[in-house]
Parts: sequence; structure tokens; C-alpha cells
Amino acid sequence: MRGATHAKWAVCAVSVALAATACGGGGSDDGAGIVRSSWGDPQNPIEPANTNEVQGGKVLDMLFRGLKRYDPKTGEAQDMVAEKIATTDQQNFTVTLKDGWTFSNGEKVTAKSFVDAWNYGAHIDSKQNNSPFFANIEGYEDVHPESGNAKAKTMSGLVVKDAKTFTVKLNEKFSSWPETLGYQAFSPLPESFFKDHEAWLEKPVGNGPYTVDSYTKGASMKLRAWDAYKGPDKAKNGGVDLVVYTDNNTAYTDLLAGNLDLVDDVPAKQLKNVKADLADRYINQPALIIQTVVFPMYDPRWGKPGMEKVRTGLSKAINRDEITKQIFEETRTPATDWTSPALHEKGGYKAGLCGDACEYDPEQAKKLIEEGGGLPGGKVQLTSNVDTGSHREWMDAVCNSINNALGKGSVCTVNPVGTFADFKNQQSNFKMTGPFRSGWQADYPLIQNFLQPLYATGGSSNYGKFENKDFDRLVREANQESDQAAAVAKFQDAEKILADQMPAIPLWYQNGSAGYSELVSGVQLNQFSVPVYDQIKVD
Amino acid sequence: MGRYAARRLLQMIPIFVGTTLLIFLMVHILPGDPIRAMWGDKAADPAQVAALRHEFGLDQPVWKQYIDYMLNLFQGDFGKTFGGRQVIDVMTEAFPVTLRLTLLAITIEIIVGIGLGAWAGLKAGKAADSGVLIFTLLVISIPVFVLGYLARFVLADELGWLPPNVQDSTNLAELFLPAFVLAMLSMAYVARLTRTTFAENLRADYMRTALAKGLPRRRIVGVHLLRNSLIPVITFIGTDVGGFIGGAVITEGIFNVQGIGNLLFRAIQTSEGSTIVGVVTVLVLVILVINLVIDLLYAVLDPRIRYA
Repeated sequence: MRGATHAKWAVCAVSVALAATACGGGGSDDGAGIVRSSWGDPQNPIEPANTNEVQGGKVLDMLFRGLKRYDPKTGEAQDMVAEKIATTDQQNFTVTLKDGWTFSNGEKVTAKSFVDAWNYGAHIDSKQNNSPFFANIEGYEDVHPESGNAKAKTMSGLVVKDAKTFTVKLNEKFSSWPETLGYQAFSPLPESFFKDHEAWLEKPVGNGPYTVDSYTKGASMKLRAWDAYKGPDKAKNGGVDLVVYTDNNTAYTDLLAGNLDLVDDVPAKQLKNVKADLADRYINQPALIIQTVVFPMYDPRWGKPGMEKVRTGLSKAINRDEITKQIFEETRTPATDWTSPALHEKGGYKAGLCGDACEYDPEQAKKLIEEGGGLPGGKVQLTSNVDTGSHREWMDAVCNSINNALGKGSVCTVNPVGTFADFKNQQSNFKMTGPFRSGWQADYPLIQNFLQPLYATGGSSNYGKFENKDFDRLVREANQESDQAAAVAKFQDAEKILADQMPAIPLWYQNGSAGYSELVSGVQLNQFSVPVYDQIKVD
Repeated sequence: MGRYAARRLLQMIPIFVGTTLLIFLMVHILPGDPIRAMWGDKAADPAQVAALRHEFGLDQPVWKQYIDYMLNLFQGDFGKTFGGRQVIDVMTEAFPVTLRLTLLAITIEIIVGIGLGAWAGLKAGKAADSGVLIFTLLVISIPVFVLGYLARFVLADELGWLPPNVQDSTNLAELFLPAFVLAMLSMAYVARLTRTTFAENLRADYMRTALAKGLPRRRIVGVHLLRNSLIPVITFIGTDVGGFIGGAVITEGIFNVQGIGNLLFRAIQTSEGSTIVGVVTVLVLVILVINLVIDLLYAVLDPRIRYA
């Protein structure tokens, strides 16, 4: 019986090994009312001033409430922790907090919670990705110099008056500054964040409607509704389980298999089936994202006077309707201005502002390009990274459209760049020799955010180096305007200069998409394409 | 044998240094700036980029980066990810997942592969043999990603027998499908190998001796034939362990297994040098050690083999 003993021993060894590696798992606490949602591994540790992508943003949106919060429907910045934010000169602001807000560890939310958090977020030594958001507060360059060490620990522009009040002084006038405060980088932080940073990162503590129950990095996070939450937007479900998926196709199949309740990014491959699979449990709505093709204005072949005709001609040679239908299954909308419909009319979105220049007209396109002296060297090459987002497909389609309109053979070609890191490098080093893709997701629903960083002289993301004195002046004036409607009008005047000069061709507005199971209802996306988790009901 | 093992261990040192250096250089020549890419389409803050580049040593010449890395490595420090976590922590989360998947796959491979092979070997030349041949050739000729999606479509989506993806990697039921797909290809090879050695050994002298002694067939096949036929199969399976741990990128990707393969894939996408080199370093070590163990095992299984 020696053989049999050996076999038994082997089976035993294998089962022991399997059991041993399997320990630590099991025992799911699937209580009633938990939403199971897809997630991606956040790029950085989850802390407000260090999270600049949507996955970490989902968690922050559940864990934190800042001074303001954007209404998921209208995009209006509504007071949350703030009682009021007052100013007389558009530069000095006095912030007053509401009573009764606490962190889930019992600490009170005070003026100091905000001032400390902002000083931390701005300081160069904290290495927070979002520090530039504090750049318009006075004293920022002392804590975050362009090079070298910080000269101060705190920004001089932030002063705590009492537990409920603090004042902010900006570098220059910026009337819509209070409206930017809905961004998550401006969240308050509890004392415990500074006392034991490591422990806080393991289990973040905030003042929002949820608390972190458990966090397995790289795999999942369980958030539970916080019973003692006193804010106006108490969670309508028992909690949210975020499960990490590396591929959104996999998440989508799990949704169909009933293993998941919410997928907030329907993969492009599945768009054809989504109506059949989910019927009305599919959301496709505008987000604060616009895709453009930017010209390298620093290259005289594209930037010299007179070339605006060629740039406009190219814009008119692109059949946006056809491409958004064929390639994107209507998850993109042809763009007719440089903002986004998610801003709404009141926020500054104006359909058709671009006018003729964004309308498909092959005859006119041809004529304009000829009048402008033709394409530089008779050619145009489109550049983008092609590792994500169906960029290859639409670039091919745009080139086809241009080639057909001009009728001179393949004058438009595609220059695919393998990785995003490489593309970004070429873009930020101003090494482009032809038009290139630029996607912009706004940080807050303000028309200012769609224009100033992208097209003002020295703007942080002005990758085409567009420079126009009138544009700069109008933006400056708009920022000083105390009346919102007047400010928006000024910004739109500035936008009209873009329509004349065409430093960037607006292609289409990008939508946010989501699909959900029959078990949940009340699913909506905010303008950042993040599900409004607290409003979801589990049936 | 002791001297042999010592020599092999010494040989590992240049191999180890060579492979890590190669990977290090390859990561270094990837185009683009991974730090700047962390800001997505937004502008990166130059002061911040400079601070991060300094923190990760990316502002140093590449030879200095490599030496620093190796010196830290010998103190057990694998460095940090761009997200600020210790690479060693990230790896200790991912390795058990992959290890579990590997063990399950190997188990499936042994049971099904050897079973099928033995059956075909005993029935050499008959219909069962041809059937197994066709089946294994089919499996070998299908790429693993096709197999993966196909298996999920049939077994999970249509029949609903198994969960389609892995949400919790400690759940063996969820791991079964990826393990099955991972095991398929090697299983086919194991079946072919077992079948051949079985058919060959059936005609060996010791088999005739056993038969002449009047032993029951069960004992002849189960002890004499099986033990002697498994020597090449076991070494094949041994090399597979190393392959499974490092090469499950596709399978882990399809079934959302948050293991080493997925970790490596994501790290390559973001050019996260510290993680890539760390994972590969561990994999190189694992494969070197497994190979040594297999070679030593040879001598144990077959007394005719001697190492000096």
C-alpha cells in the first residue's frame, strides 16, 4: 500500500497548501442596502489635496463635504459647510462656517480644520498633486516656490479669526473664487490627519455621509453610511462596496452576471449592446469634458498671421456628426463652443458660439485653406497617445474626413504615440510640429476653468502657446466682475476670439456613462461623471 | 551533490545581476516622463515634478540609480511606488493571490493532465488515444485569451456554472475559472508527455518482470508504471510553476485577478520602474530556485543520475 499512502500524502499537501493560502478570507457581510460598485485602484493615497483623478475622487466625494458642493443636476455651487463667503473687493474673502458639522471621529469642523488642510495641501514638502489649486492665495510662493526650499510654513493669506470664521486674501481679484471651493482639494481635515498620517491613510476619516469600514489596497474598499451624519444629504443606502477592476469590460460582464450593481464607465466595445443589455438602466449624459485639437502656435508654420484661415478650414473639414455617431455611438456630442453643456446656459455654455467655423462644409473648408496659403508643406499630421480612449479610431476618422473634403489624396496623416507619458512629454516640452489632441476635464463647473488655463498667455495648460492680448484682457476683466452674469458675458466675448483665431478646434463634448442593476434605483452622475452615491436606493 | 548545489547557487549571482540590470535599463529607455503623466491632461506643477523626481532618484545618472537600487535591495528595501507606497507592501498583497491561482492551476493540471495522458497511454492506438490527441492539439493551438473569453462565455455567462470574474481572491470558487484557463495549455502538454512515457514504459523490461511475478494489473500500473513514467512529467510541472507565477498577465487581466501579473501590467503602463524591477527581481529569484530544485529532484527520483 505504499503507493496509496504516497498519493494520500500528496493530496493532503495540496489541500493544505490551498487552504493555507486561502486563509484570511471569507465571511462577507452582505447586509441589506449595500451598493456594489466598480472602482479603479487610485493612483495616489486617498487624501483631498493629493487626489486628481476620478477613482480617488469617488471616495472623497463620499467621505468629505467642503465649504461648497456642486449640485449634481445644475452644477450650481451651493453652501455646504459654509454659512456665507463674503467679499467687497473680489480679493479679500471672509468665510463663515455653519454650526454642527463634525468629523466622524467626533472632532468639530472649525475654521482651523480648513486653514490647516489648505496650508498642508499647498506646502511643497507635503508633495500634494493638487497644490496649484491654492496658487491664487497670497503667500503661496513662500510655501511652494518654483525651485528651492519653502520660506514659510503657512500662507500669509489665510487667517483664522475664531472657531467659525477665517479670512482669505488672494493674489489678485477673482470674483468666482468661492465657486471653485466645491473642488475636493479644498476639503477640511481633522487633527488626526496631522497627528498620525500613516494611520489616517490606512483608514481615512472625513466629515461626509460615509465612513470607511475597511480598505484592502488594490482590491476593495467598504464604505458604510454614517448614522450620526447631520448634513442635508444623508445616505439613502446602507453603504457602498467599491471593487477594483483593471478592465472596465470585466466590470461590465460582472454587472450583467449580477455580481455588481453599478458600473460607472461603460466600455466602448459594449456600447452597441448596452441598450439591449440594460434597457433604461443606462445613463449617458454630458460631463465637464471637451476634446479639442490644438495647434502649436509656437511653430510659425501654424501660428503666423493668416494661418487662422487654414485652421478654421480644417475645423470645417471635420464631419463631427458622422464621427460621433459611427465611432462613439453618441457618447460624444459635436462641439459648437469651447466649454461644455454640463455648465448649462447660466454657467456660460452657449451652443453655436463657434458659429460657422465649427460647421461641416467641405467646399468652404477647401476654399479657406487655399485662401490661407494651403497646409504648411501641403500636409497635416495629427498626434495623440493611442493607449487609451479609442484615440486611434477617431483620429483616423478625422483624417479621412479632412482628406475627403480637400480631395488631394492623403494629406492628413495620423501620428500615434505609444504611451500617454511620452505624448505628455512632447506636449509639455512644446515639441509638436502639427495639431495634437487635447482633452480637458474641468475641475469646477465654471466657464473660467475652460478658458483661462487653456488659452490665456502663460496658462498652466496652454500647450499650444496661444497668445492674444484681447483675450487676456477680457479674462482679467471677467475675473474682476462681481456680477456673475456680467462675468460670464465677458468670458463669452473672450471665447469669440477663439472662434476667430481657432487656436484649438473643438471636436466634441464627452459624456459620462454608467449602467446599473435592477437592484438599485435613483442612480445619477454628477458633472464630473462620478455617481452620486448617497442618492442611490437599494430595492 | 552539495558541491553541485553550491556551484549552481554561485552561478545565480551573475544571472541575477544581469537580468535586473537589463530590466532596469529597459525601464529607463521607455519614452516619456512617468512623473508628469501623473497629472493626466492637466499641467504638472514644475516644483512638484522636480521634488518627486528627486525623491525617486530619477534626477541621477542611470548607473547611480542602479547601484543605489541594488544597495537598498540588499537591505530589503524595494523602494516606493509613485503613489508613495512601499513596493514590498504592494508585492506582499499580490503574491499570495497569484500563488493561490498557481496552486489551483497546478492541481487541475496534475489531475486532468496525468489522468488523460495515462488513459491515452494505456489505450495507445485505440480511439481513446486519438480522441485525447485531437483534444490536446486543439487546446494547444488556441491562444490563451481566446480560451479565456470562450470559457467565460460558455461556463459563466451561458451555463452559469461558475462566477465570471474574481472579486475576492480568497474565494476558491471564483478562482476556479481563471485557474482552469491558466492550466489548460500546460495540461495538454502534460497529457501528451504522460501518454508518450506511459506507452513507452509499457514495453519496458521491468513491466514484463512485474507481470511474470503475477502482480495484479492495478499494482503494475499504479505503482511500477506510474512512478517511472512521472519523472519527466514532474520536471515539466516544476518549470511550469515559475511560468505560472510570472506569466499569468493575460489570464489575470481577463478575470480581474489582482495578482502579480496585473500588478506588473499596470506598472509597465505607468512606467513605474520601482515596481517593475521589484517584481521581476523576485520572479527571477523564484525561477532560479525552482530550476535548481527541479535539477536536484531529478537525482532523487532517478538514482542513475549523479551530480558531481
